Amino acid sequence: MPSLDLFEDTARQLTVCNACRYCEGYCAVFPAIESRRTFEPSDIQYIANLCHDCRDCLYACQYAPPHEFAINIPSTLAQVREATYEQHRWPQQLGPLAGGVRPLLLLSAGALMLGMAAVAALEGVHALVSAHTAPGAFYSVIPAALMELLFIALGLLWIAAWGRSATSFWRSTAARSARASLPAVLRAAGDALTLTYLGGGGQGCTYPEESFSKTRRWLHHLVFYGFLLDLASTSLAAVYDHLLNLPAPYPLWSPVVVLGTIGGIGIVIGATGLLVQKARSDRSAAHLTMLRMDVAFLAALLLVATSGILLLGLRGTAAMGALLVLHLSTVLAFFLTAPYGKFVHLVYRYTALVRFAAEQRNQS
Amino acid sequence: MPERLSCDVLVVGGGHAALCAALSASARGADVLIAERAPAFFRGGNSRHTRDVRCLHDAASPYTSGAYGEEEFLGDLARVSGQGINERLARLTIAASAQLPGWMAAHGVIWQKPLRGTLHLSQTNVFMLGGGRAMLNAYYAGAQAAGVRTLYEANVHDFSITPEGRFGGATVTVAGVDHRVEAKAAVVSSGGFEANLRWLGQYWGDAVERFVVRGSPYNTGELLAELLEQGARPIGDPRQFHAVAVDGRAPTFDGGIVTRLDSVPFGIVVNTDGERFYDEGEDFWPKRYAIWGGLIARQKGQTAYSIIDSKALVHFLPSVFPPIQAPSVQELAQRLGVDPAAVASTVARFNASVRKGAFDPAALDDCCTAGLAPPKSHWARPIDTPPYYGYPLRPGITFTYMGVEVDQSARVQLASGRSAENIFAAGEIMSGNILKEGYLAGFGLTIGGVFGRIAGEGAADYALA
Ligand SMILES: Cc1cc2nc3c(=O)[nH]c(=O)nc-3n(C[C@H](O)[C@H](O)[C@H](O)COP(=O)(O)OP(=O)(O)OC[C@H]3O[C@@H](n4cnc5c(N)ncnc54)[C@H](O)[C@@H]3O)c2cc1C
Ligand code: SF4
Repeated sequence: MPSLDLFEDTARQLTVCNACRYCEGYCAVFPAIESRRTFEPSDIQYIANLCHDCRDCLYACQYAPPHEFAINIPSTLAQVREATYEQHRWPQQLGPLAGGVRPLLLLSAGALMLGMAAVAALEGVHALVSAHTAPGAFYSVIPAALMELLFIALGLLWIAAWGRSATSFWRSTAARSARASLPAVLRAAGDALTLTYLGGGGQGCTYPEESFSKTRRWLHHLVFYGFLLDLASTSLAAVYDHLLNLPAPYPLWSPVVVLGTIGGIGIVIGATGLLVQKARSDRSAAHLTMLRMDVAFLAALLLVATSGILLLGLRGTAAMGALLVLHLSTVLAFFLTAPYGKFVHLVYRYTALVRFAAEQRNQS
Repeated sequence: MPERLSCDVLVVGGGHAALCAALSASARGADVLIAERAPAFFRGGNSRHTRDVRCLHDAASPYTSGAYGEEEFLGDLARVSGQGINERLARLTIAASAQLPGWMAAHGVIWQKPLRGTLHLSQTNVFMLGGGRAMLNAYYAGAQAAGVRTLYEANVHDFSITPEGRFGGATVTVAGVDHRVEAKAAVVSSGGFEANLRWLGQYWGDAVERFVVRGSPYNTGELLAELLEQGARPIGDPRQFHAVAVDGRAPTFDGGIVTRLDSVPFGIVVNTDGERFYDEGEDFWPKRYAIWGGLIARQKGQTAYSIIDSKALVHFLPSVFPPIQAPSVQELAQRLGVDPAAVASTVARFNASVRKGAFDPAALDDCCTAGLAPPKSHWARPIDTPPYYGYPLRPGITFTYMGVEVDQSARVQLASGRSAENIFAAGEIMSGNILKEGYLAGFGLTIGGVFGRIAGEGAADYALA
């Protein structure tokens, strides 16, 4: 259970915001504050997950530190989000996967070594160091069934973990005020897909520093839609392989490769840009362990995307075997950390946005 | 930093009036130096606590609910401003206010669009998204980009006015080092003297020890005193200030907007003897909140208590400190530190005199008392539903009215009868030309914006001529 002090102090800060209300046009956090007079831990968790960490309200706040009221909403709500991820994580024991870059690198490296060793033992070292180009070439390095079984199992675990987290979060925060209706679900989807609340008052957010910019929103779009394209590419590949009997690798002009490449490039540009922004960002507005989670997630995406692009570029060469194992290792690490690391923000934020949309509908 | 500083235009202060002047002077090509007494985070005086601006507009806009014409504006002002204001300046301010929202937006201020269920659009005022600090951030960023120099923790003093009415230089102390500033023109926008409790004490005696200063601790008015000593003509009653009821637990300085209490019309207010002393339901709260600071300042110990029951809690904006709560009126009085028997008898008398009516917080309803002195004219309902809540109240001083007299060009007027040639004043320090006692919400920024622009342009034109 997260510490009571955190919730007490957050309630104190939100009470100041509720008496002030100057920031109410920035994002959903403030209208949510204004529809209550007191702030229970469950309200606070809901409100915290509406925050996109744009920081507009910190630089606008006349009560930010060093003022004695010491109001720092973005940093405080980041702490609460971290506590939320922890409280609703499933299974709880996999917490260590949530952390920073270290578990990610350890997992990737571990998977890489195991993968190399397994391939060498099963197929012989030549599988790693010679060129394979025929259809089904990937499977001459790693057997298809093994690859698929592993990722299907991990994918199911991932879905189950997110599903459990989402329901646990919804139940513990929304019981009183909101029912998820279709319009609420749709409005929340619109807000999430367009990143409404990284828009501030139309000038974007004060990120990484005190001037307004729309860069972060665009970079996030590149990562998110890049990821969707890659997901589409992977799903399409599964269709080709199983329904059309066309095993990978595919020619360059194939939709699988085109979607995957565009998505990969989007992720590389977006994630690199976001990492650069994080490095330059104002630490006084941040919560450091959350910042580490951000970096780890972006690094995981970057590893998957770059190794994928490398694999595509060099798949006709003798490096293909080793690159395939490398790429799959990064994907494996990504699958293992995704349900617990920063990727999970998607679940809580969307759930909170649904509740927000429902609450706003109730009020009008 | 050199010990001598020179510039075309020296702007004293770092609030809304100062920045409007600095940006306008710089836009005309002047080399501008801003001397702000506060550290960078606390820059902007009372302006950093503001929220909205009153302005003329002939039609509704995305940011206002309807037209606000010159005669209506002037009528509103005439009702509150007190006797003997300069009507030419008032008309000028009102007419020029029409350009303010556009000018402010061009300098980075974002106006807030209406939100469902929260901030209702106002007919008369536009609201800055993020409030005064966000506005000032935009101004300072613009000033920096335009090459305006800003000194923080820079106290301006030894301001001299030559016998001919010209600016004779001033000293600015930064980090303990004095620098003499020479400028071709000066704009003084250093606010009022509301944070100077010793000065207020000349009129209020020991009572000032219980005063709460809502805004900047840096508006202590020494520069205003110097200007008056140097022959600037004073305007406005030094005893007058804008003061509201704030929570008695507020910090002495800089608590800003969140310490105000809007519970008064929904209950009763008693003094430290447990007696009521004024009609809590005289008129809508926005029209009356500004008299309560003065009312409380005249009570014993400058303290009063707002007492409500649980029916009332939902009718006003939550404030920053939680109410003190008790299951009975006596216990509440005890917790507040007032004589329980006295409060209980006041509440009983009040309850007995309440006439049944149709309670409506949005209208001047017919819930009032009969045969009670003082009466409660509206929203009177028996205080009978536990738990009971109480808030300690203190006078919260917003700003003072006395300042320097100016003409239409914002030039400081001198006691000798002439007008200063190159010394201009804008904002709170000259608001007494237009307001003598009452206040219109959002009008402080209007005055500062209008006269800040006039002063900045006039100073630049003089300096560059
Ligand atoms: C809580 C609160 C809320 C308010 N809300 C509103 C609102 O919503 N709308 C509205 O119109 N008005 C509002 N007001 C009133 C409004 O703040 C003032 O009328 C207006 O900001 C005055 O602007 P100004 O630039 O003249 O003075 P200020 O903004 O007070 O600036 C004075 C500046 O002078 C500096 N200074 C003082 N002495 C010296 C010196 N010797 N040397 C150098 N610098 C010096 C100070 O540090 C400060 O930067 C509010 C006031 C308060 C306290
Ligand atoms: S940081 Fe941005 S998104 Fe978060 S509460 Fe503040 S304004 Fe809203």
